[in-house]
Amino acid sequence: MDRRIYGVETEFGVHYSHPGARPLTPEEVARYLFRPVVEWGRSSNVFVSNGSRLYLDVGSHPEYATAECSTLDELVAVDKAGEVMMQQLIDQATGRMAADGFTGSIYLYKNNADSAGNSYGSHENYLLNRRTEFRRLSEALIPFLITRQLFTGAGKVVAPRAGDAEPGTLERDRPAGAHFAFSQRADHVMEGVSSATTRSRPIINTRDEPHADAAEYRRLHVIVGDSNMSETTQLVRFGATDLMLRMIEAGTPLGDHQLENPILAIRQVSHDLTGTAELSLRSGQRRSALQLQRHYLEQATAFVQRHGAHHDRLDAVLDLWGRALDAVERQDAAGIDTEIDWAIKQRFLTRYAERHGLDWDSPRLAQLDLSYHDITPGRGLFTLLQSRGAAARFLDDDTVQRAVDTPPATTRAAMRGRFIQAARAAGQPYAVDWTHLKLTDRPLLAVTTKDPFQTSSDRLEDLLRCLPSPDSAPGEEAEDGAASSVHPV
Amino acid sequence: MSQQYSGSRSEREEDVPAPEPAPTAGSAQAHTADLDSLLDEIDSVLETNAEEFVKGFVQKGGQ
Repeated sequence: MDRRIYGVETEFGVHYSHPGARPLTPEEVARYLFRPVVEWGRSSNVFVSNGSRLYLDVGSHPEYATAECSTLDELVAVDKAGEVMMQQLIDQATGRMAADGFTGSIYLYKNNADSAGNSYGSHENYLLNRRTEFRRLSEALIPFLITRQLFTGAGKVVAPRAGDAEPGTLERDRPAGAHFAFSQRADHVMEGVSSATTRSRPIINTRDEPHADAAEYRRLHVIVGDSNMSETTQLVRFGATDLMLRMIEAGTPLGDHQLENPILAIRQVSHDLTGTAELSLRSGQRRSALQLQRHYLEQATAFVQRHGAHHDRLDAVLDLWGRALDAVERQDAAGIDTEIDWAIKQRFLTRYAERHGLDWDSPRLAQLDLSYHDITPGRGLFTLLQSRGAAARFLDDDTVQRAVDTPPATTRAAMRGRFIQAARAAGQPYAVDWTHLKLTDRPLLAVTTKDPFQTSSDRLEDLLRCLPSPDSAPGEEAEDGAASSVHPV
Repeated sequence: MSQQYSGSRSEREEDVPAPEPAPTAGSAQAHTADLDSLLDEIDSVLETNAEEFVKGFVQKGGQ
């Protein structure tokens, strides 16, 4: 597919800290966080005016699913806009909680693990053409997904192993002592391809809900990724994965690199910062993460030379992909330590550890690891690094801020966002999901959009004409002040 | 162990330097001076009892 629909779903970790006071559970804090959302949309599962979805997920995780995007700029901007919305929820909840006597601090982490070993995800969605055989696609893609942590990993301070690892278990190749690893998520992945998510945490989830014409499209649901703070890391993560999909869709032979044990391999890669640990392939051969990634990058570069660039960020994607592999190979991250999350984090934590004489088992480094993912500007370590120029970006604050209220212009999210804003301005009850737009009072005029690339429709115009002008809207908003707002926060 | 760094901020400047414009992607400039100042300041942002703080963050698993 030359143009592709992308999306990413982020589950945030909730932490309330108030030393010396009664702790609050994540459930209690999440209820405070989502009170403005419930008041706005009468539900803790709403679509907001930029076309994205905001909801409270399993395990009381605030979750944000981006609207459908068709460019990498849109995708990263809409994803970062979710952090802005979450911060607004934090600000409101902090005030309400203080009024109730809870004067501690709320932290939302865009990371993938808590201190007790629970994991939560960053789920990528890529629209595929139904013609591509899914089994062939997943076999070709999984070795890439397992080894791409060299440039997509968010970095993790790994605690020392408690006790001896049983022989033959997944722990056997992991260093016993505390250390720094590429990935947040790798140690929590339990399966290659599966229809389950919570129970077995596969690399690719096979749930086939295209939210589009099922005869034409399929949605690839990749749930192995780390949540990224860095815009540039996101660019290369989504951009390189899209390139892999393009090659597979085009039938480009990528070689058979199916791994003998994908779940062991993903751990081996994460815990080996040299990128040279040899992974066993089903064919009996052995390859390192660096060798596999070099191969994919070569193939992708040649593919782009043959077929041309399909978007204007492609050079940046290939460039950063290559520099990240160079950095791992040379064991010198200086060339990427403002652009790739694990390297940005490792650089700061290493400097901090040297300054204070700490080892990787220091709780302070574990705290800094969490702080890197703290989304609050001026407090979270990544936000501080970015504001000092120690983390690069390719968007700017204005672009992200615009994406909070404005849907992507190139997909059907444009219609959804416009409809939500118009219905709310008119004070009319409505219902929306990924494919449907409906005014509660005019169910027969509901708009169904099976083509995610569609940005306008006559039916939508008809529906919008049914709305009373905002001035003459009925009195509903008088009893519910939030109803006229286009935004829950 | 976790308490030993709180208060180790004697060298810290009083004023927080104004943020500089972030570099564009591709320029891998090392903003060493900025990192130094942040290394000085970060302890004032972090809660003091690191061990308790980290252990206090427990969530259920997500999807």
